[in-house]
Amino acid sequence: MLDVLTGFVAELRRSGLPVSVTEAADAADAIGHLPLEDRQAIKYALGATLVKSSAHWRAFDTAFEVYFSLRGPQFDLVGPAGAEQDGEAAPEGAERGRGEGDAGAGGLEMVSPEELAAMLYRALRDADQSMLGAVARLAVARFAGMEPGRPVGGTYYLYRTLRNLDLEGVLARLVGEARARIEAGTAGEDGPDGARPGPILRAGALGRLTALEERLLEDEYRFRIEELRREIEAEIRRRLVADRGAEALAKSLRKPLPEDVDFMHATRDELVMMRRAIQPLTRKLQARLARKRRHLRRGSLDFRATVRHSLSYGGVPAEPRFRHPRPSKPEIFVVADISGSVAAFARFTLHLVHAISSQFSKVRSFVFIDGIDEVTEIFERSETVTEAVHRVNQEADVVWVDGHSDYGHALSVFFQRWGGEVGPKTSVLLLGDARSNYHTPESWVVKELGQRARHVYWLNPEPEAYWGSGDSIIDHYAQFCDGVYECRNLRQLESFVEHLV
Amino acid sequence: MSSLDLSSNAEPRFSSVAEVRRDLERVGYFADDGLAGVVYLADRLGKPVLVEGPAGTGKTELAKSVAAMTGARLIRLQCYEGLDESKALYEWNYKKQLLRIQVEQGAGWEEVEENIFSEDFLLTRPLLEAISAPEPVVLLIDEVDRVEIETEALLLEVLSDYQVSIPELGTVVASQIPLVFLTSNNTRELSEALKRRCLFLHLDYPSVERERAIVLAKVPGITDQLADQVARIVRSLRALDLKKHPSISETLDWARTLVLLGIESVDEETARSTLHLLLKYRSDIELAAKELAAATSAAAEPGR
Ligand SMILES: Nc1ncnc2c1ncn2[C@@H]1O[C@H](COP(=O)(O)OP(=O)(O)OP(=O)(O)O)[C@@H](O)[C@H]1O
Ligand SMILES: [Mg+2]
Repeated sequence: MLDVLTGFVAELRRSGLPVSVTEAADAADAIGHLPLEDRQAIKYALGATLVKSSAHWRAFDTAFEVYFSLRGPQFDLVGPAGAEQDGEAAPEGAERGRGEGDAGAGGLEMVSPEELAAMLYRALRDADQSMLGAVARLAVARFAGMEPGRPVGGTYYLYRTLRNLDLEGVLARLVGEARARIEAGTAGEDGPDGARPGPILRAGALGRLTALEERLLEDEYRFRIEELRREIEAEIRRRLVADRGAEALAKSLRKPLPEDVDFMHATRDELVMMRRAIQPLTRKLQARLARKRRHLRRGSLDFRATVRHSLSYGGVPAEPRFRHPRPSKPEIFVVADISGSVAAFARFTLHLVHAISSQFSKVRSFVFIDGIDEVTEIFERSETVTEAVHRVNQEADVVWVDGHSDYGHALSVFFQRWGGEVGPKTSVLLLGDARSNYHTPESWVVKELGQRARHVYWLNPEPEAYWGSGDSIIDHYAQFCDGVYECRNLRQLESFVEHLV
Repeated sequence: MSSLDLSSNAEPRFSSVAEVRRDLERVGYFADDGLAGVVYLADRLGKPVLVEGPAGTGKTELAKSVAAMTGARLIRLQCYEGLDESKALYEWNYKKQLLRIQVEQGAGWEEVEENIFSEDFLLTRPLLEAISAPEPVVLLIDEVDRVEIETEALLLEVLSDYQVSIPELGTVVASQIPLVFLTSNNTRELSEALKRRCLFLHLDYPSVERERAIVLAKVPGITDQLADQVARIVRSLRALDLKKHPSISETLDWARTLVLLGIESVDEETARSTLHLLLKYRSDIELAAKELAAATSAAAEPGR
């Protein structure tokens, strides 16, 4: 067990979790107080001692499922054939997966496709946990087509398995039959012991379910199907671990934490995860900045005022007086390229800046591709920042000729229309990769802005190593900026914004 | 190190995770194994629990319930910005001290000093109170993310050694390690050191079964069927892409209102007219009303 734990902790660290030596020791201590065969108990004990941030839970979960996949009651159900499926027994485990029932490993493979479908139906109808597990194992054995040593990810096998189960059809049948049963007044008469009950439903006065009741019925079955899906994933993972070993599998599953995902290469799932991460992030940033501001508010000691005030105490300087610091909230102009490759970066930056807009005296936003448009009003009219960012994409008028980035044109139009409003209190943030499809840079615009504004900063979501290569003209602009920053993920973005305020 | 043995010797409070869970339920708090397990470990390892999670998921209530179930006194330190040592730990009652000095004019200073820096003149605040209590206590440090980093360091010191040193009086050492719960709404990243010291418990929304049990226990006069429906509707709402999902407190408010209105079973109309108790944003309410009334794909299919 201790060996597994050591490997597991190492994996967590490789995934970016800051696990200290004390915490690793606490983890070992904690599992000493719990029954080792109870996989769930081990999981929460390790979670409580090793994971100190909700944002890290997903990485923990993945690693746990890999490192501890061979434990747990589900696994025992496989019987003697499964018990060997540890480490060395890889080919055996995979072989069981290949056959169409003729591999002969255990009686479970003997069931016919019709029997499997019937088991699936019953397991879902009755929410029968152990039956769900058995169905998952059978389905993977029959449909996933897993072969040892094949470098395919788990999702491929998951897809192949699910495709063969026709879950949407099963769902429709489950809902239909339950509805018929309830409307005929025979509900609640079946179901074996220990099965989890479905919703308590009664057909109303009309002898029919209401739309809401139907919805709840369907949701219940959807949740059960989701459980089946998790069982199938777990089974696939168990087999992959047996084939490749925990460490190798964990490595192939390792994903960056939300704050480290690269804006330019984020997958859809990662974007969802980042959107979820940005709210707590802005909340924290906001709180931190507010605190900072409050501390700053106390200016230096005003000696004369203190003495003057002390007269009311008979000359004892009882209450020190402080100078008021200059009220110095900056005004921000955000000018963002929202073309495809950098769109995610622009969205998150706009989100972050607007979410903390109370830190600035004013925030104005402009978005461009080859044309440029002001979108400040969209933010003012929307109920939440999320909604506004969404609407920017639909409503902004940013295409001039062909909808390919043209920084030179966009910037010169910006200067013509709004350049006059940039003054000594303005900080200008330019966002983009400065890849301008070989159009002229018109870098004089940035030079002019630099002379009028308090600061001009450029945030570039590309790795610094690529700047200036190909059609990147960042160097033309950089010479006139007060700073050009690499900003590839939420972590870098957050630290820049904090520095800006 | 401290003079107190921080792990073993003391008699454990619970014999198993199942017992914790059962006892919590007895006082009206419904836990799953993960939650009960962390409470169990907190006792075994002598460590504080840092409870984090969305608003209204039972963080504060957990500490209260643990106190109730162990028959311990609950001592609560409510955190706020600006909370400092004098409000968290102890403070000398200087008014009383001044009076005493005036009364004892004529006595030698040494004697007076001895007198006025005694326990009679000490204002005990929650942390010191928890450390010095002779009887069992549960210490709740609520909304710890609101204090400044310096105050957090002070908390850490107390929670590491379970002792407090008062220069004028000496060191007060806890006679027993109290169960300690810190709650956080995560408005600020807490220091690594504090997090390292604590067990971490992330409280999420409960399963339907657990939420139904909570509703049944906390809403007098509700029927099984209505409680079931309430829990299920709330679960379905939490699966939607809303700006803010309903919390357990909101579930309870909604259920109480339904009972007051004499509603036996929720239909689309009732749901629509009472959704504002569950959801805060107009756009959320609109989306939810639409979703709940919609016969979805599978259900609409005549699959009989
Ligand atoms: N597991 C539970 N069992 C019974 N009641 C619960 C449970 N969880 C929450 N509640 C009820 O939900 C309500 C909200 O709980 P509580 O005030 O503890 O939330 P909280 O997480 O501290 O919220 P906040 O972050 O707003 O302080 C309470 O009325 C409590 O009774
Ligand atoms: Mg609370």
